[in-house]
Amino acid sequence: MTIGIVVFPGSNCDRDVRWALEGCVGLPSRFLWHEERDLSGLDAVVIPGGFSYGDYLRCGAIARFAPVLESVRVFAEAGGAVLGICNGFQVLTEMGLLPGALTRNARLHFLCEPTPLSVNPGNCRWLREYSEAEAIVLPIAHGEGRYQCERAQLAELEANGQVVLRYASNPNGSVGDVAGLTNPGGNVLGLMPHPERACDPLTGGLDGLRLLASLRK
Amino acid sequence: MLDPAGEATRSAAARLGVEGVRSLRIGKAIELELEAPDQTTAQAQLELLSDRLFANPVIENWQLELLEMAGEQQQ
Repeated sequence: MTIGIVVFPGSNCDRDVRWALEGCVGLPSRFLWHEERDLSGLDAVVIPGGFSYGDYLRCGAIARFAPVLESVRVFAEAGGAVLGICNGFQVLTEMGLLPGALTRNARLHFLCEPTPLSVNPGNCRWLREYSEAEAIVLPIAHGEGRYQCERAQLAELEANGQVVLRYASNPNGSVGDVAGLTNPGGNVLGLMPHPERACDPLTGGLDGLRLLASLRK
Repeated sequence: MLDPAGEATRSAAARLGVEGVRSLRIGKAIELELEAPDQTTAQAQLELLSDRLFANPVIENWQLELLEMAGEQQQ
């Protein structure tokens, strides 16, 4: 079991994810530089937070064309487990692996705070260790986390049970209080909060640990 | 769609004493020079760039207009 962690120029949570995976969960990981294409031997891929390519143009817009993501797309479409955290969620929407877009927070501020969430795990493989309607707290740290999509799209996502994480007290103006989405297969998860920063009591909580620990079979 | 930066700037315009600003949106301007064998090709390439890179059609609309042609070299 080895977890790939994508590293773009400007990623800054890649080492946090490695620390959480290796130090808290006990799973080995391998960094995937953005120009790599070889995902052989990997059991899951994490696209971490940060400011890929400086967030130029739009968050995730340049990253979408990175060679490593062509392989990640094939991996995800074959049912591989893919997790996009914060900037990684923005990348997943720009790639079209998840619908919608993440835009500037409604009140413009960069938000960096613990955030209460409600989990609706559905068929999401990353959330199978959480119970239905479980209340958890994860930190957020973003300026562009306001989820946007068409009303009909949101209704479809809700009907399919793809809105797996919701803000209990919407901090950024996201439609439908969306904090995290899964794909119909449940193998891809994108979320704005940072589970890797909530894997040790010293960093303010343990509510993210079971998400990464779900990779242990 | 809500443009929070535009709204913040609009309220600053009111504080400056200009009350009549009904709407204000802030966007990006991209300047590019494109080399292409003919106008049709250039147009197709600009459409591809606009749709796949410059704009995110989920949250942004775009249209392409040809403003003027000077001789054979302008697009």
